[in-house]
Amino acid sequence: MVRLEKRPSPSRFWTMATPVVAVALTMIAGGIMFALLGKNPVEAIRTIFWDPLFNEQFASYSRPQLLVKAGPLILIAVGLSLGFRAGIWNIGAEGQYIIGAICGAAVGLAFYPVEAWYVFPLMVIAGGLGGWAWAMIPAILRTRFATNEILVSLLLVYVAQAILASMALGALRNPEGGGFPGSRNLSQYPAAANPELIAGTGMHWGVVAAFIAVIAAYVLLHRHMLGFSIRLAGQAPRAARFAGVNPDRLVLLCMGLSGGLAGLAGLFEVAGPAGQISIDFGSGYGFTAIIVAFLGRLNPVGILLAGLLMALTYIGGELAQFMLGLPSAAIQAFQGMLLFFLLAVDLFSNYRLRFGKREAV
Amino acid sequence: MQRRTLLTTAAMGLGLSMVGRAAFAQDKLKVGFIYVGPIGDGGWTFQHDQGRLALEAALGDKIETVYQESVPEGADSERVLTQMALSGCKIIFTTSFGYMDATNAVAAKFPDVMFEHATGFKRDSANVSTYNARFYEGRAVMGTIAGRMTKSNKIGYIGSFPIPEVIQGINSSFIHAKKVNPDVSISVVWAYTWFDPAKEADAAKALIEQGVDVILAHTDSTAVLAEAAKTPGVIGFGQASDMAEYKPSPRVSSIIDNWGPYYIERVQALLDGTYAQKDTWAGIGGGEVKIGEITDAVPAEVKAEAEALAASIADGSYHPFTGPLNKQDGSVWLAEGERADDGTLSGLNFYVEGIVGDIPK
Amino acid sequence: MDLSAINPAVLVASLMMAAVPIILAAIGELVVEKSGVLNLGVEGMMIIGAVCGFVVAVKTGSPFVGFLGGAAGGAGLSLIFALLTQVLLANQVATGLALTLFGLGLSSLLGQGFNGIKPPATGKVPMGPLADIPGVGPVLFQHNLGVYLSIAVIAAVWWGLKYSRMGLILRAVGENHDAAHALGYKVVRIRIAAILFGGAMAGLGGAYISLVRVPQWTDGITAGAGWIALAIVVFASWRPWRVLIGAYLFGGITVLQLNLQVANVPIPVEYLSMAPYLITILVLVIMSSGRGRAAAAPAALGQNFHASR
Repeated sequence: MVRLEKRPSPSRFWTMATPVVAVALTMIAGGIMFALLGKNPVEAIRTIFWDPLFNEQFASYSRPQLLVKAGPLILIAVGLSLGFRAGIWNIGAEGQYIIGAICGAAVGLAFYPVEAWYVFPLMVIAGGLGGWAWAMIPAILRTRFATNEILVSLLLVYVAQAILASMALGALRNPEGGGFPGSRNLSQYPAAANPELIAGTGMHWGVVAAFIAVIAAYVLLHRHMLGFSIRLAGQAPRAARFAGVNPDRLVLLCMGLSGGLAGLAGLFEVAGPAGQISIDFGSGYGFTAIIVAFLGRLNPVGILLAGLLMALTYIGGELAQFMLGLPSAAIQAFQGMLLFFLLAVDLFSNYRLRFGKREAV
Repeated sequence: MQRRTLLTTAAMGLGLSMVGRAAFAQDKLKVGFIYVGPIGDGGWTFQHDQGRLALEAALGDKIETVYQESVPEGADSERVLTQMALSGCKIIFTTSFGYMDATNAVAAKFPDVMFEHATGFKRDSANVSTYNARFYEGRAVMGTIAGRMTKSNKIGYIGSFPIPEVIQGINSSFIHAKKVNPDVSISVVWAYTWFDPAKEADAAKALIEQGVDVILAHTDSTAVLAEAAKTPGVIGFGQASDMAEYKPSPRVSSIIDNWGPYYIERVQALLDGTYAQKDTWAGIGGGEVKIGEITDAVPAEVKAEAEALAASIADGSYHPFTGPLNKQDGSVWLAEGERADDGTLSGLNFYVEGIVGDIPK
Repeated sequence: MDLSAINPAVLVASLMMAAVPIILAAIGELVVEKSGVLNLGVEGMMIIGAVCGFVVAVKTGSPFVGFLGGAAGGAGLSLIFALLTQVLLANQVATGLALTLFGLGLSSLLGQGFNGIKPPATGKVPMGPLADIPGVGPVLFQHNLGVYLSIAVIAAVWWGLKYSRMGLILRAVGENHDAAHALGYKVVRIRIAAILFGGAMAGLGGAYISLVRVPQWTDGITAGAGWIALAIVVFASWRPWRVLIGAYLFGGITVLQLNLQVANVPIPVEYLSMAPYLITILVLVIMSSGRGRAAAAPAALGQNFHASR
């Protein structure tokens, strides 16, 4: 008979060891899947996990790209994790990301072609505010009308996508683009661009912001009264109320913060790697970030690592696709498996396995 | 069934090329493709992959091909392109409009790699060529059949996004339907998606319910034909691929994107050392647009008329946009006998006279 | 603009058909959530149901067996979720999202070679002369089995939750699993059963899309229907009949906006395509503010249960 016994506090050893175990299990299960698809499993696994980091042909390019891909994921996930800890479910970060990008890009395009130092800072502010405002809709509806924020934030993603399409086709369309959809390319407009800060590192302002957010969230959660309120509200809502935590204020704060960070992520992406507002600008970072937040156990440092791991599977997965001819669906399934295993072995950090019959209490 | 056998052959071809790859990896010219959707979309990406397979069949022992499906436009495509170039591809086909800026950015970094961008117009460096197909020529043929076949004098058009290519298609269909049937009117529904089978089916249903009996679609799935099949007397056309499963009715003919000849021509030129930058916009005459078999559901004289039109377009004696043509507001666009120039066409953003409704802005 | 071309009876009939997959998936998820489990993987289970249903129907030539296959596929995928969240106590939100990611990938692998094939046809239920009654006929008596099934399932779940002993236990588990456990109910087993039911219903909804609504298999065919189903459950404040209302409202606005476009109503398309979502939000706000009923969610929703003794 096997049974579980809750540990008084999460095991430090297992918290460190579980990700390694999960990755190992994924390699086995994924290897079987790749073998069934008729590919060499060892080669496939090596291409996904090793080549982006150490292959001489790619690594010098792929390694910095890891940061580019992980940056927005981490930035959004850190914001979401604060709300998730407090039991506030913003699952519409994708919409806030899109609106932040639209607002920021709109400000940049409004200044075109003025070359001035203040253009980019203004865009950053507009992007953050845009995401914040979009998140305020579900926040205010929840505090004023007790409307469920999961649903409203999710539905607003579809609205944001419709706005994105109409912006790419209408108001923000590049007047010199020959009638094609899509805005001017911001990365070709120096005052509004978010370029690589140090050549060959992948570092752009969005990555910098992600690192700052990780540190700030860490400090907030561990050294600040607000962080205490957030943790308390999540673990014991009634106690939090007695401790003087105003739940409405907390909702507005957490939703606003996560929305603002998602908006910033969108702005940095549109001004940097993506370059322009286009119909397909929203590529799902907002949803993937939810997974990243949980993989990182809602802990800022954990999120940093989870974001990098997620980015690795994306980039390695791309390599595996065209080097080995694996279908993209196999990579998607592989990522799903990795998540399953990471979530499953998490059990060992919080519980102990006990063998044998139950002791008499 | 036909497509299924094709897929099996595809899988076999892939298996063979894998064996070949290991043996003579160094000697072969590596050709890369990036696709915006999954190969299984049955439309746009499927046809590009058919082109790739045709290329393998024709030049199999001199080349190897690699591809990646479902690459999001924007930052991800730039990374995939760079990695493909790093992996030793000598020529890369980027098969969606949204890859335009990424293609040009990566091309600037790899002057020795040739880039071929589908449906775009930017050729910033000497190693970028662009190619596109004159789908509106096929639409002219479909429009003629539609005008002759409709009994309610109402034809419907399901548009994806209001971009020049789709507007060309709507205008061309309407002009030629009207030419053979002055009483015809066209209803346009914008789906705001390239691919969402359920929504496409709903759009087709809405058209049928309001009396439309001929449906043209500019979205990629076969859902429109499947919906049309439910109502006797309603016909439609295959789009992008032949969609032969719906023969003989509702699918009475089709516009097939046929990229194989172009891919073979360009790669052959690179092998021969005669490759040069160019901008290709070919239609029925160049073989990039094929008219699928016109079935027996169409009367013989209509079939003959449609085939004659296709032939006259192919030999250049007729251009689908030949004056006299007025714009929607009644102002003159093309005078008697005047042909539309490619510049206007590639940025087309207005309806011709007689179409009701506004293009979304 | 020609509004007279829009026939209300036909419109209602087609929205009833459009809403079936959402209803099936949503009613399944409602049962899951009533038991205190939040499974965000509906989209993944639907698409697995869509591909399994399609493959089975094509292989056997019987749409009926296909539907069973779809339900089995959805339930099979939900078993992973049940194992992770109920036995291994993983976080439900993250597991659900991972389930969707995995389901989308797996479905595309399973469906290779089935793109573009026509499935065996699912016929309408013969209602004889009833079908020809003007107005009422098309609305009530001209549907295929799925439409009637979806309504029947809602009625069954409503009755089951409200009047049966099983429903009572399920609700008790969802409201307070510690108390239910103390009373001797097998919390984990009951929840696993609910999750499997939810998976089967989502799979059935998916199979309906690939076998009836669109009839074909293409990658990503569910195109977000699972997310809408999740939204409808919350919208319905966990009451079965409101699922029906919510799904018909949503389906109705979607169908109506396309009809308005055909009829050339001069409203910009982008606003029309946002309309279903905006109106759903609006109705939701009105409903939740009306009588202050935010507490309708099962109290233990999303919390994992571990028997400490």
